[in-house]
Amino acid sequence: MTTTTPVSGPHTHAPGGVTTQMGWVILALLPATAFGVYLFGWPALNLLLITVLAAIAFEVISLRIAKRPVTPFLMDGSALLTGLLLALTLPPWAPWWIAVLGAGFAIVVGKHVFGGLGQNLFNPAMLARVALLVSFPLEMTTWVTPQPMFAEGSPGFIEGLAITFGLAAIPDAMTGATVLGETQTGFSRDLGLSETLPGVYDPMQQALGFIPASMGEGSALLLLAGGLVLMARRIISWEIPVAMLGTLAGLATIFMLIDPERFAGPGLHLISGGAMLAAFFIATDPVTSPSTMRGRLIFGAGCGLLIYVIRTWGGYPEGIAFAIILMNGLAPLIDHYLRPRTYGRTRGGKPLEPKASAPAAPVTEKRP
Amino acid sequence: MLSFLFKRRAFQGGVHPEDRKQATSHLPIQTLPLPERLYVPVQQHIGAAAQPRVQTGQKVLKGEMIATGSGPVSAAVHAPTSGTVVAVEPHPAPHPSGLPVQTIVIEPDGDDRWVDEPEPEHALNLEPEVIAQRVAEAGVVGMGGATFPAAIKLNLGSRHTIDTLVINGSECEPYLTCDDRLMRERTQEVIDGVRIMRHALGARHTLIVLEDNKPEALAALQEHLYEMDHLEAISVPTRYPMGSEKHMIKAVTGREIPAGKLGADIGVIVHNVGTAYAVHRAVRMRRPLVSRIVTVGGGAVQRPANLQVPLGTRVEELLAYCGGTRETPARLLMGGPMMGQIMPHAQVPVVKGTNGVIALTAAEINIDDPMPCIRCGRCVAACPCGLMPLEMASRIRSEDMDGAAAYGLMDCVACGSCSYVCPSHIPLVQYFQHAKGVLADRREQQRRQEELKELAQQRRARQEAEAKAKAEAAARKKAEREAKKRAQQAKAKEKPAPAKDNEKAEA
Repeated sequence: MTTTTPVSGPHTHAPGGVTTQMGWVILALLPATAFGVYLFGWPALNLLLITVLAAIAFEVISLRIAKRPVTPFLMDGSALLTGLLLALTLPPWAPWWIAVLGAGFAIVVGKHVFGGLGQNLFNPAMLARVALLVSFPLEMTTWVTPQPMFAEGSPGFIEGLAITFGLAAIPDAMTGATVLGETQTGFSRDLGLSETLPGVYDPMQQALGFIPASMGEGSALLLLAGGLVLMARRIISWEIPVAMLGTLAGLATIFMLIDPERFAGPGLHLISGGAMLAAFFIATDPVTSPSTMRGRLIFGAGCGLLIYVIRTWGGYPEGIAFAIILMNGLAPLIDHYLRPRTYGRTRGGKPLEPKASAPAAPVTEKRP
Repeated sequence: MLSFLFKRRAFQGGVHPEDRKQATSHLPIQTLPLPERLYVPVQQHIGAAAQPRVQTGQKVLKGEMIATGSGPVSAAVHAPTSGTVVAVEPHPAPHPSGLPVQTIVIEPDGDDRWVDEPEPEHALNLEPEVIAQRVAEAGVVGMGGATFPAAIKLNLGSRHTIDTLVINGSECEPYLTCDDRLMRERTQEVIDGVRIMRHALGARHTLIVLEDNKPEALAALQEHLYEMDHLEAISVPTRYPMGSEKHMIKAVTGREIPAGKLGADIGVIVHNVGTAYAVHRAVRMRRPLVSRIVTVGGGAVQRPANLQVPLGTRVEELLAYCGGTRETPARLLMGGPMMGQIMPHAQVPVVKGTNGVIALTAAEINIDDPMPCIRCGRCVAACPCGLMPLEMASRIRSEDMDGAAAYGLMDCVACGSCSYVCPSHIPLVQYFQHAKGVLADRREQQRRQEELKELAQQRRARQEAEAKAKAEAAARKKAEREAKKRAQQAKAKEKPAPAKDNEKAEA
């Protein structure tokens, strides 16, 4: 018997680990990813591969600099997942350097500067997306209408490479605006929703994903399915998605009832702008969300509230990345104040008052 | 998927480890043949070690007291069989350190002859104090593994009003089936023990509590119970750590033990079913605790079994009786896999608290290198005490023990639910034990420092008093000397000195 460390129990462990968890998240994202690649063709596939490979490369470099073992940390799949999530939130035909810069920012600044896995305050993919959006607004808002792979008129493999590497411009005819972008533009021209939405918003098409959007946010239904699988397998907890989507839908409903011309309904809010992607896959990032159940409910509700506020009254049509980053910053505070109640103590941490047990006369049993 | 909304939970948190009891739950209790030597430690319980009363070469009979309890918290030890004491010397104890404890080594003579043949006692006519005394004399301790002397907990009825006696038959640790078999095979004896304990405590309600994975034992108990007796056998959901006193009380009475208090303070006492059986043997049959039931299990054991084992039998004998091991066990444990302790080797004896000897394979322990915490909060959800293990661990990592204590370190019962679910395989319990040790050391040091300070103060006061006394004595002597001198001078001059002035100056 040589194994004497660690000496205290438990001497058994639940199956699974970090790698399994990350693996499931990636697996749950695959249908939506595959659909996004199909919908936006070769340039989208190029962008996806570049982002993921760049994320892995930056992870290896960072680990080397930090003098940490590369294999176990790379095998946990977190860098792969960060790259994938970032790619899914980029405009599918964005140039290669957007992908590389984004991946570098996410891994180096978003993660390793804080101390690596588990130490980062903000979701790396969202941090990178915000940085890119602020720095390169043009590239980050050039959306294309779906150009399915192998379809008539969509770019082939060579043309795809040319688009990704900036050798060919994106034809104007192929660009479009997202539905949230359209409504905001409409408001600036004093057009009500009844005038802007027809033609750009069809709930069915929107839910299925046949719309100008980032690569992964399109198919709300596939994302929802993947998210439900994760929930059922207890990879993610139910609190954040339920609180976030619930708050978003609730606010949208209330304001729609007040003025349907000015405020879009809950359906549009839930299935556009990557709400599903964020609710199930990004806000649920364990590192950057609170660790208690009540904390997660508040965190989710906060995300939902901020998304609605930014979309409705903010300068950007799109609010998810900002909302999540802001709530990430609040997560440590939430964890500090919303601790669970300890057994035998009040919420304040004082010992409970001993409950006066019924002081009846003790019954003495006399029987041979 | 929405079931979590409707299920009322017995207690917050907890985990569902695979129970792996199927290997032994259907196997009747077998009696292990007497080994060639028995190694009976004098310390098999929480509290002070017992004092050996036998010498090398002395003949002993089964049930003879060979070591007496010393101090308020202690337990006597009895000869597990008849034979000769061949040594009273230190031997390795069943503890991860393998440090030796004083052990009485007995060579059985094979007769297995009892010291006396007493008549069964009319136990329920005895006074509560007498019952507690008999239990103490029989060396009965908490048989669930805690090994706290049982008599002390049976005596609490005189100082507290106990309204509920809870008999813990949950056996929530994976692999273990010794309590399950005991309840099934010796049902009446267990119930008799429960009645005796209830009588001693004066409890109004008594509940025998099983996890719902033991329907046969529950049926057996219920068959022997009748209504109007205020003695019920009930099942609770299977969830670890149901067997923890705090959580069992919460699950069956809805009450919580306030921090820093005992179950008796809220009128509830918890005893293990194995203890109930031992109390029946001790009080009704007047037999001391000399053997116990042990589950030998784990994937590395050839033929798992439930064995009735004389105390002091070495673990290797149990393993040999079960056909040895299939492969070198990755961990050899005394107790269950959640809270059991690693044994340094198989040459340690079975003691009063040994409910299982579990030899686990590498696949069963599923150990992995620890990775950084990803703050997933699973430990928070799993903690049955409502703590945040991840926060405590991160503070302990940076040696901030007070920070960990502020997060409730001292409320941790070390059940291991957090480590069990941690996807990063962080040995959280290890951290907490370490921190508790450091804090205990610190308290001890502080206590010593205060003691020293007090001693120093006393010394200073004493020295001052002495100095003062010396000074006074010196002043007195001086005054006497001068008075003498003056008297002599006066004599020499033969005329009275101006004594008045002199005295004034001196004063």
